[in-house]
Amino acid sequence: MALIAKDIIETIQMIEKDNLDIRTTTMGISLFDCISHNPIITAERIYDKVTKKASRLVKTADEIGKEFGIPIINKRISVTPIAMVGSGADRDDYVEFAFALDRAAEETGVDFIGGYSALVQKGFTATDLEFLASIPQALAQTQKVCSSINVGSSKAGINMDAVKMMGTIIKDTAYLTKERDSIGCAKFVVFANAVEDNPFMAGAFHGPGEPEAVINVGVSGPGVVKSALEKVEGMPIDVVAETIKRTAFKITRAGMLVGKEMSQRVNVPFGIMDLSLAPTPKVGDSVAEILEIMGLEKCGTHGTTAALALLNDAVKKGGIMASSHVGGLSGAFIPVSEDAGMIDAVINGALTFDKLEAMTSVCSVGIDMVAVSGDVSASTLSAIIADEAAIGVINNKTTAVRIIPAYGKKVGDIVNFGGLLGSAPVMAISEYSSEEFIARGGRIPAPVHSFKN
Amino acid sequence: MKAVITVVGKDKTGIIYQISKALYEHNVNIEDLTQTIMQENFTMLMLVNYEMMECSFDELKAALNVAGENLGLSVRLQREDIFDAMHKV
Repeated sequence: MALIAKDIIETIQMIEKDNLDIRTTTMGISLFDCISHNPIITAERIYDKVTKKASRLVKTADEIGKEFGIPIINKRISVTPIAMVGSGADRDDYVEFAFALDRAAEETGVDFIGGYSALVQKGFTATDLEFLASIPQALAQTQKVCSSINVGSSKAGINMDAVKMMGTIIKDTAYLTKERDSIGCAKFVVFANAVEDNPFMAGAFHGPGEPEAVINVGVSGPGVVKSALEKVEGMPIDVVAETIKRTAFKITRAGMLVGKEMSQRVNVPFGIMDLSLAPTPKVGDSVAEILEIMGLEKCGTHGTTAALALLNDAVKKGGIMASSHVGGLSGAFIPVSEDAGMIDAVINGALTFDKLEAMTSVCSVGIDMVAVSGDVSASTLSAIIADEAAIGVINNKTTAVRIIPAYGKKVGDIVNFGGLLGSAPVMAISEYSSEEFIARGGRIPAPVHSFKN
Repeated sequence: MKAVITVVGKDKTGIIYQISKALYEHNVNIEDLTQTIMQENFTMLMLVNYEMMECSFDELKAALNVAGENLGLSVRLQREDIFDAMHKV
């Protein structure tokens, strides 16, 4: 037989036992041609274009999933940052655009639509400010719309006026969605060095440098990596790195195949593969469990940062060999609420907020899906964002903050979002104020190593 | 267009008969076949060509599932490309 029985069985085990899946296939759609002088017309055009372009996305992904026997969990859409599309619009108009996106997501059957976004790393336009003011209402009044803001970059530095605003936006969103554990905040990400082709939510948007439409794919597979590492127990760390690399290669190749097939069938060019190890709340589908299998008693103990750095790097090396177009965030995700091992580590006191911050300096995103006490001040949230942005800007990497100050909840309580968003224990943060630092506003200059020309 | 059929479970009479009957009824050709014991399970792997198939992929899958249920075994149908992609450089 041309195929080796062992390989066939291995693939089937990866899918059935170790939860291998294609985490998301995301169609990026440019909305630049929807811009008009009249916000009502713009909203109509947004709905029409998205529903037309993505009409076959969900059906095709399901068909491909069945043919290859590998589940494609999420089908999503990302669009041009809405702040750029609503030229001349005021904050109420922007909320209408969010409704148009939400309706389009419902009509096409996708689970999330991202791109209610703005890029303000260097400063605001007048319409950016109207847009930012609309975010809490937009998140509270829609189901599937995700929002992201880029507040810093290694080239531009950090817009501290924007950082200051983000704290307030997050607090307002938490209040407006207080009946549902402040779930609005789970759909809002603040970035530094945001990428234009990220297929993962809540931070996906279709960057201004992207083509008319594109198919991006995000793979997953923490369970597969864990299972492979169980077989090399006690071996030197080089063997661990090599094993992760080989596994990441296989996972990525499966993703590439799905991406190419999707692109062909919906007649939209293939964009990038995002080589991310994205966990789910399911046991056995956890990044924390991979770190623990490497020899750490609990995720969050000393050695966690080193283990995560090794994991992140090996995933990239294996994935890059498997795909010619790698992009997005590409690395290991450490969202607390979406990872059973991380939740467990927080509850046991092994993983603290500060350790989590250290881990974000070597992984692919940042403070992700972390619940904090509802009475946290806006300036403290801003200061957390400033720290994370600084890690990204100085280290030339993407960092993000998706934090939920769950209304009425205290440290030790559990916040429940349901589904893929999971549940999160409320984590303790510093009780000291950052108020005056954040009140200064202004701009943190770009780091010296950004001057490369 | 090729696909791999994997049958896993307890060995018994009529496995090849039932599966190949379903394939014959939908005009799918068997190109290769191997049987082995893997992790104490009887495992049969079949490489089939479905270029001339007279139904949709989904319908063939359903027909094989029925055959699998009659036999009390799990039957999977997957396009061959997925295995090639993951295991060949």
